[in-house]
Amino acid sequence: MPIVSLALKSVLNRAATAGLVVFAIGVSVALLLGVERVRTEARASFANTISGTDLIVGARSGALPLLLYSVFRIGNATNNISWKSYRTIARSPEIAWTIPLSLGDSHRGFRVLGTDRGYFEHYRFGRRNRLSFAAGAPFDDVFDAVLGAEVADRLGYRPGDPIVVSHGLGASGISDHADKPFRVAGILARTGTPVDRTVHVSLQGIEAIHVDWRHGAPIPGLAVTAEAVRGMDLTPKTITAFLVGLKSRLAVFGLQRRINEYRAEPLLAILPGVALQELWDLMGTAEAALSAISVFVVATGLLCMMATMLAGLGERRREMAILRSVGARPAHVFGLLVAEAMALTIAGIAVGLGIFYAALALAQPTVSASYGLYLPIAPPTGRELAFLGLVIFAGALSGAIPAWRAYAQSLADGMTART
Amino acid sequence: MIRLADIRFRWRSRDPLVLDIPELVVDDGEKLFVRGPSGGGKTTLLNLLGGVIEPEAGTVSILGTEIADLRGGARDAFRADHIGFVFQMFNLVPYLPLIDNVLLPCRFSARRRGRAGARPDIEARRLLAHMGLDVERLAGRPVSHLSQGEQQRVAVARALIGTPELVIADEPTSALDENARAAFLSLLMEEVDKAGSTLIFVSHDARLQPAFGRSLALGEINRASPGG
Repeated sequence: MPIVSLALKSVLNRAATAGLVVFAIGVSVALLLGVERVRTEARASFANTISGTDLIVGARSGALPLLLYSVFRIGNATNNISWKSYRTIARSPEIAWTIPLSLGDSHRGFRVLGTDRGYFEHYRFGRRNRLSFAAGAPFDDVFDAVLGAEVADRLGYRPGDPIVVSHGLGASGISDHADKPFRVAGILARTGTPVDRTVHVSLQGIEAIHVDWRHGAPIPGLAVTAEAVRGMDLTPKTITAFLVGLKSRLAVFGLQRRINEYRAEPLLAILPGVALQELWDLMGTAEAALSAISVFVVATGLLCMMATMLAGLGERRREMAILRSVGARPAHVFGLLVAEAMALTIAGIAVGLGIFYAALALAQPTVSASYGLYLPIAPPTGRELAFLGLVIFAGALSGAIPAWRAYAQSLADGMTART
Repeated sequence: MIRLADIRFRWRSRDPLVLDIPELVVDDGEKLFVRGPSGGGKTTLLNLLGGVIEPEAGTVSILGTEIADLRGGARDAFRADHIGFVFQMFNLVPYLPLIDNVLLPCRFSARRRGRAGARPDIEARRLLAHMGLDVERLAGRPVSHLSQGEQQRVAVARALIGTPELVIADEPTSALDENARAAFLSLLMEEVDKAGSTLIFVSHDARLQPAFGRSLALGEINRASPGG
């Protein structure tokens, strides 16, 4: 094709204008790819957060708050469950295992979860993956802690390091349990779920640091030392929620109803899969809106290209006439402009990919730390490539409009355009 | 040989005739000067010869080919293969380097490319040098920085590359000053001679007439008298 190299030279000759157009398309393409990747990864990581758990049980509130605080460590429980109710239900014959969860404290912005050793045995995420240890072992002592991968990475902890748990979820230093420091016993391998951002301790540990506290503050005059507390009865009085695994999934609805009708206190049992779906549907609208916006931004970038090309046609009449005089057909003139549009679009996509990966590399640690969303710096997926193909097609289509104008113009002008 | 017979042309059916030429014959290798005021239908005649427009009646035959018998794309290909054009000014594609501008017809015509030799770019340099241009000095510059006279000479080199049978020049000297005009004209003649091409040279400037073997006024052959 004699036209393609002409188109490239023509575009390169107008580097300043072309550069702006390419940049505009690039930014829009980067946005499109970014939204797409965040969307897919959010969806995947979301669905993978918890698996193998048949029921989540908490104090009666809503299914979503319960899911959010028990699985995503977002928000707080309004009420706790008594230890007695927990033990009563846990003894039901159809239950294979339970994992108690006790929330409320934090360590330097990361949530502290009180649980038992069953957590490391039964908790599943993704495709029924177990938790595994990158270093160390499950907690053994009252003051042992097991860190999620993100916690250890970000705070630079290694097994044996001491850590101080803060009361509540505020920044450390305001109300620390500094008198009873924990020791890092183990570090979990990365899971890509909120587990990575959790500090795990035993229920006894949680109980121990609160022995001399009431209503969120130390009891004046009553300070129990870390050594003394070991001798005390550290059975918790309440927990926040618990996860249930059944021997047979067939029992799930029967048990759910029984828990929801539990007399001694108001409880709520939810199916994690159903609640996850509900939560995702809730975000579906926002997700669709975001996608729509990114598509419109790409359209704007291409419109910008089209406007620039249309504006430039007038001063290119003479050029088209010269091309006609050396034997170019009107179809060549049409092809030249479409090829220019495609060259600009493809260059825009290249710039867009550059911006996208640069932004990904920059944002990855922050997004992972703040939102628990791991964005892989991987080559474009099939779906993303399909999007890029559509952008090129749309670019060619946008070029067809100025190309059509130039075609008509060069038919009328022949070889003799003045100017 | 070029032969126009009973040509009639108007832009729109209700407009008056622009061209009404009973006959015009140009022999192979002839250098014909066509004199006419601007707006006298010269441009229309050139577009007709180039196959860019079609007459409403009559035949245009170039090198034995009836232009009217060719379809649009074939007419464009015929033009690329057999005709070189030089216009009044702005002959060059601004974004192409000097040599690429000269080679432009070779992009659209395999015949011209073939006739330009094994290395068309060397042929382009040779033609430019023959036209008195310092290729080494000018090749690196944007063509829009060339002087008007230099640009016209580049246009001649382009019209002649691949030795087309017919060269059509439309007021190629009108943007040049007196000295440049004379030099340009003699170079053009010399190169057309070397290529053995037929030359049709259209101008309003009767002073150029003596350099040509034959000359005629468009008014003599065109019975239509368009305004202006």
